[in-house]
Amino acid sequence: MKIGLFIPCYIDAFYPKTGIATLELLEKLGQEVEYPMDQTCCGQPMANSGCNRDAKETEALFIRNFSKYDVIVSPSGSCVHHIRDNFDAIEQTDEVRHVRKNTYELVEFIHDVLKVREFPWAEFPHKVGMHNSCATLRALRTASMSELGEPFFSKPKTLLSAVKGISFAAPKRPDECCGFGGTYSVTEEAVSARMGLDKVTDHHDAGAEYIVSADTSCMMHQQGCAERNGVPIRFIHIAEILNGARS
Amino acid sequence: MSNKPVPHAKLAAEFLKDEPHRHFHDERLWDMRQKRDEQMHIMPEWQELREQASRLKEHTLAHLPQYLEQFEENARRNGIHVHWARDGAEHNRIVEKILRDHGHSSIIKSKSMITDECEMREYLEPKGISVTETDLGERIQQLDNQLPSHVVVPAVQKLTSDVAKTFAKYYNTDPNIDDPHALAEAQRNAARPVLLSGDTGMTGGNFLVAETGSFVVCTNEGNADLSANLPNLHIATLGIERLVPRMADLGVFIRLLSRSALGSPITQYTTHFRKPKKGGEMHVILVDNGRSERLGMDDFWTSLKCIRCGACMNTCPVYRRSGGQSYGSVYSGPIGAIIDPTFNAKKFSTLPFASTMNGSCTNVCPVKIDIHDQLYKWRRVLAERHEIPFVKREIMKMAGRLLAQPTMYRLAISGTEVALKTMPRFVLYNYLNPWGKHRELPHPVKETFHSWYKKNRLNKAKQHEETQA
Repeated sequence: MKIGLFIPCYIDAFYPKTGIATLELLEKLGQEVEYPMDQTCCGQPMANSGCNRDAKETEALFIRNFSKYDVIVSPSGSCVHHIRDNFDAIEQTDEVRHVRKNTYELVEFIHDVLKVREFPWAEFPHKVGMHNSCATLRALRTASMSELGEPFFSKPKTLLSAVKGISFAAPKRPDECCGFGGTYSVTEEAVSARMGLDKVTDHHDAGAEYIVSADTSCMMHQQGCAERNGVPIRFIHIAEILNGARS
Repeated sequence: MSNKPVPHAKLAAEFLKDEPHRHFHDERLWDMRQKRDEQMHIMPEWQELREQASRLKEHTLAHLPQYLEQFEENARRNGIHVHWARDGAEHNRIVEKILRDHGHSSIIKSKSMITDECEMREYLEPKGISVTETDLGERIQQLDNQLPSHVVVPAVQKLTSDVAKTFAKYYNTDPNIDDPHALAEAQRNAARPVLLSGDTGMTGGNFLVAETGSFVVCTNEGNADLSANLPNLHIATLGIERLVPRMADLGVFIRLLSRSALGSPITQYTTHFRKPKKGGEMHVILVDNGRSERLGMDDFWTSLKCIRCGACMNTCPVYRRSGGQSYGSVYSGPIGAIIDPTFNAKKFSTLPFASTMNGSCTNVCPVKIDIHDQLYKWRRVLAERHEIPFVKREIMKMAGRLLAQPTMYRLAISGTEVALKTMPRFVLYNYLNPWGKHRELPHPVKETFHSWYKKNRLNKAKQHEETQA
């Protein structure tokens, strides 16, 4: 199985550590991984703004970069959601269908495909608050949703539970949206930032030292809100903890 | 109606500025969502009920003409006058004519969103017909000359201290007494004489039952029953989508409605109206106002399943922090954002973008409307009709081009790194940067993942190959 690694633009530019951790973790788990150098974006920003036509060329480039791989893995739930559920600005050829069907978010890939539950190198002696992005929660379904009253499950928490020394905070509104929402974060910046502040405050009040998530975009927004308002909480991508980061 | 797009972002930002209002509004509605969850947890059949309700509504909508005719026939047989209104204007003319025929000039009215949708008060009042709202929240909104903020709790954006001030102005009460019981008493004292003297009663309605020709009104304050029963003339206005085929179907909806709305097992009053009282007259006006057109829209017709419980508003993190007034419409929140553009695509073009697309609304909807998917589809429709701001359109066009060219893209983001490292703070956080208004920017880093990978994987592999050779 040859894996194509998709590192979305904002991780590439602002959070390279997350990309490196994802690559190293997959290598530690014995996988053959390649990062196609000509990749840019999945087209989500344009599609989410209604400008689906403007996503066409970007989606085509994505297919040129990734169609040769058996699976595509990305440490970003919202991008995977776009590829899997909305990637329709281009013609749906066999190649496109192959890519859409075989693109996985990192946590679901480890949990569902590799079925790995042990990370003997990982130790994180901190109390963390889990942030499930709305894309991983309600679109990729990697955790149970409070609105449906379904029995509790959480793939990211199942993986993190194998990490030595980790403990979990219990925020009051665990699956309330943090307000990022892609371009929403700038078109409705006041509401977006208020939601972000409420989110980080909820985690901080619950005793979390770190917010951990499978979506860096949510955390980029939350970190901005926490820093501006002096909420003392840190942020880390789940890939970094599973790869053995201690802080 | 003005066509100017509703400035939701701006109005929401204003609403957020006042700490007590912002905090109360979010907590009050979140509490309703939690009470709804409690009811769901004690009913193991909850998801099954939602599925049934959805199927019943879809069936009814698919056979709407047949059920509407059945309702009309049975209602007429019961002695109810049935009227058809193509739009709001026709509805208002029908109401006016009924009143003129009776020589009436005052209406006592319980809460109904659809008469607000038809802008009935605005039409009747200049013609000398007074309309008095008898629902507490709707009355507060009427006195303040505002649209309802929420379909179930119309004045939820207000604190009791706001209500005390409004009542002081109109009812001569003490503006400093904001005890809810005292305020409710003031409203009762003001409303009772009007209720007793009003010559026409008006209500909305939650359900029309085709098989019996009857309609059902669900309320908590009892004002609808007073409004309907005290005068001899009762006019009820309902949208044509309010139908259920049989009496037996009602149970499914009654069980879901108040649990979804307020988290209470049932409304205080669930009144079935079947025929006029002795010596009285009963009229039902069935309003289309764009509904049959919406029924023909492949992507949006299921929004007609809505039973107006407001659960999507209560759960919506954006609505809770924006306040209903920021939507500029009778219907606010997620459901408003998908049905308002069917009334006026230009004016309400901003509303489908007033969402993070988190999807919580879809999960709480008792009739399983795919609200957030419809928001997504509306964005496409509006962008294609050029109903989104020019600047946004241009930015997306540029972004689309840039992201399709790896070399250009690499050049562009190397610029971002340099900018974040070297630009002075006031440049990065000036008023043109909406990200930085209430948030810090991400920290600059030494190198992108792209260049790290080149150094640590590609070049190393090359070196390895060379040494091997």
